[in-house]
Amino acid sequence: MLPRFWRKIKYRYDLVGTKCENCGNYYYPPRNLCPVCRRKSKIREVKLSGRGEVISYSIVHEAPEDLKAEKPYVIALIRLDEGPLVTSQLVCEPEEVKIGMRVRKAFRKYGEDGEAGIIYYGTKFVLDEV
Amino acid sequence: MRKVAVIGVGQSNFGELWDASFRDIVLSAGIEALEDAGLEGREIEAMYVGNMSGGRYLAQEHIAALIADYAGLAELHIPSTRVEAADASGGLALRQAYMAVASGVHDIVIAAGAEKVTDVGSEAAMEILASAADREWEVFAGATLASLYAMIARLHMEKFGTRPEDLAMVSVKNHKNATLNPKAQFRREISLEIALNSPYVAEPLRLFDCAPLSDGAAVVILASEEVAKTYTDTPVYISACCQASDYLALHSRKDLLTMRAVVHAAKQAYKQAGIEAKDIDVAEVHDSFTIAEILAYEDLGFAEKGKGAELIREGVTNLDGDIPVNPSGGLKACGHAVGATGIRQAVEITLQLRGDAGKRQVDAENGLALNVGGTGATAIVTIFTR
Amino acid sequence: MIGIVSYGTYVPKYRIKAEEIARIWGENGEVISKGLGIQQKSVPYLDEDTATIAVEAAREAVYRARIDGSEIGAVYVGSESHPYVVKPTATIVGEAIGAGNEYFAADLEFACKAGTAGMQICLAMVKAGMINYGLAIGADTSQGAPGDPLEYSASAGGAAYIIGEKNVIAEIEATCSFTSDTPDFWRREGQPYPSHGGRFTGLPAYFRHITSAAKLIMEKTGLQPSDFKYAVFHQPNGKFPMRAAKMLGFNSEQVKQGLVVSCIGNTYSGSSLLGLAAVLDVAKPEDRILLVSFGSGAGSDAFVIRATDAIESFERKPEVWEKIKSGVCVDYGLYLKFRRKIKVR
Repeated sequence: MLPRFWRKIKYRYDLVGTKCENCGNYYYPPRNLCPVCRRKSKIREVKLSGRGEVISYSIVHEAPEDLKAEKPYVIALIRLDEGPLVTSQLVCEPEEVKIGMRVRKAFRKYGEDGEAGIIYYGTKFVLDEV
Repeated sequence: MRKVAVIGVGQSNFGELWDASFRDIVLSAGIEALEDAGLEGREIEAMYVGNMSGGRYLAQEHIAALIADYAGLAELHIPSTRVEAADASGGLALRQAYMAVASGVHDIVIAAGAEKVTDVGSEAAMEILASAADREWEVFAGATLASLYAMIARLHMEKFGTRPEDLAMVSVKNHKNATLNPKAQFRREISLEIALNSPYVAEPLRLFDCAPLSDGAAVVILASEEVAKTYTDTPVYISACCQASDYLALHSRKDLLTMRAVVHAAKQAYKQAGIEAKDIDVAEVHDSFTIAEILAYEDLGFAEKGKGAELIREGVTNLDGDIPVNPSGGLKACGHAVGATGIRQAVEITLQLRGDAGKRQVDAENGLALNVGGTGATAIVTIFTR
Repeated sequence: MIGIVSYGTYVPKYRIKAEEIARIWGENGEVISKGLGIQQKSVPYLDEDTATIAVEAAREAVYRARIDGSEIGAVYVGSESHPYVVKPTATIVGEAIGAGNEYFAADLEFACKAGTAGMQICLAMVKAGMINYGLAIGADTSQGAPGDPLEYSASAGGAAYIIGEKNVIAEIEATCSFTSDTPDFWRREGQPYPSHGGRFTGLPAYFRHITSAAKLIMEKTGLQPSDFKYAVFHQPNGKFPMRAAKMLGFNSEQVKQGLVVSCIGNTYSGSSLLGLAAVLDVAKPEDRILLVSFGSGAGSDAFVIRATDAIESFERKPEVWEKIKSGVCVDYGLYLKFRRKIKVR
């Protein structure tokens, strides 16, 4: 996983996405080819605000091995203010989530490659209390 | 393009087949199909195999050659191809085989599907199934396949008023149907109460909303119309077999509550077959999760968008309803042998149209099979007719 | 004028009360709480560690400074709970704030004063003209051995400071250090928990170095306790800083604003820096602040800091006290789980 994770560190540690200057669509996760414009794509990297709202969510009880300690945890579909929809853990109590609530990015640990392996960091979301 | 018919079907039991290896279950399904078709074996010209992940479930790749070999066809040196689209691998194999015959390249072709998931342990099996979703941006973020469908379910409930009871009724129906299917994994009825009180897997989906992962294999033998007529008096024709793709990750889809790949493939299939949704008399759909069956009703055109739940509430899709769906028990009760499912669905529809479906027989002229990959990035819609 | 251009802080949201810890170990929670001057301490969640805390604090500092991450010329992270023993936290922070590739970086360790040591390094680099902005962070997710007195105070949190010459909100008028080889508190390689010399950590360690560094800097600058509006000392508990203040001639009014330990415990490398942030939150132009950190092993870094006019227009909300007064209490079982003290397969 090492090179595969490292390659995308810039886009995981922060919400760095892409924008197609041709059609104006924002993409996160970043795309190097705009599916609307294809060969006419004019892609450039852009830093997103990190704020959005919850479109849907699920509280996961049957968790994969590396997330067992955190169950039940919240996974959500979040619509970023710029437009893209992202799948992410929402770090909050399960009772606190509602469709439509505002959330913002947070830098958190995703897991690790075992006790002796590298640590995966990335962007999760927390409730935006503002 | 020639007409293509199904001349033989075979299926292993679906379930936790501890005593059978991958090679064993493939063989059992294959032999059954050959016997059903009345073939010796040397008539087979090509093979297409659907298998999602021999590499991770069995540490074995080169599956197509393996199956041709253990099916006793190695001496014939036929072309054998494995195709993969997660749990739509079977449907893919069916379509490849269909195209091989329809185009005139081959006259008799096998379409097989097989998966052995129990050798790795259930947690590893679920983790491997997760590769049907977007590994980098869905699974890494902590999403399981169940949680992705759960988010669809929550939205469907929020927007259209679909209730947990509706989802549970799908499960109850499929379990009831499976009691009449000797090859099914679960052959006991369940009550609505049991389903509604089963533990949550990923809210709002509970244990009984989620299909199991099973071992299993299924085989259909396709032939051109001319050749088919020399083998059987009751060929079942494939009047359309259409496939479509969509964005891999749920978060990339244009409409979270519509599987556009299904809509697209279904539209093409109805057109090719020259019929409409209302002409379908029986269907096998991809109920990997109960919400998927409700979505299928809508995306296949059996109900308007948002009104899928009404069909199950009113019993329209029960075995004795206007359009029985999943008479075999579906993925939930017959079992979900990943790569084999698409072919198993074809086996069921063929048996139904032939009148060979035993106690779960329904009256049908046109049948439909819907095989979906992951959360809807691949869809194959096949229409069968007498 | 060189000094603090911006600052940011982060404290995890969970808390555990001293009384809850005492309940488990059969001790008198009320007495201990009163004796230590600590009501509760902060507890990091399973997916938080020193790197995540450092990043959140750093991001707040960069945001408030209204500069781009790429303008940061140096990143120093001081901690005694770096996630890796070998592989720096500083580069994780650098990547997360978009520092690019052209920056100086290293991790520091000097028990609880590694953060202020980083500030001194950044100060020197700015003074030398090597960088425009330096980022110094003190952050920890310190662990106390179960049943040990340190368990009541060892907590998690961090603060980040951007040092520079432009738009300085608080000038660093002077800094000095008092250092000696004093083994009052230590942790050997491979040991999960630190060891300490009990009462030896008091007079020969904490008090000696804090008072010596404070006296040294007041001598050098010719200042008296009455010249300072605020005094921030390292806070291993709520009592030591008050005693040190008294020993030096400061009063409790001067120390109160920065005394965050009662609410969140001892955030180790983040301790004095969080205290400083709490003071900067309310400081007015010309207010003088004495900051004296303490790191076991041992040493103290002293700073004379003077708020400038620019601090009024600097974005200081949400304030540190706001952040630490809120919190969600957990019981000892959840605390063990969050701190990964339960052995799982």
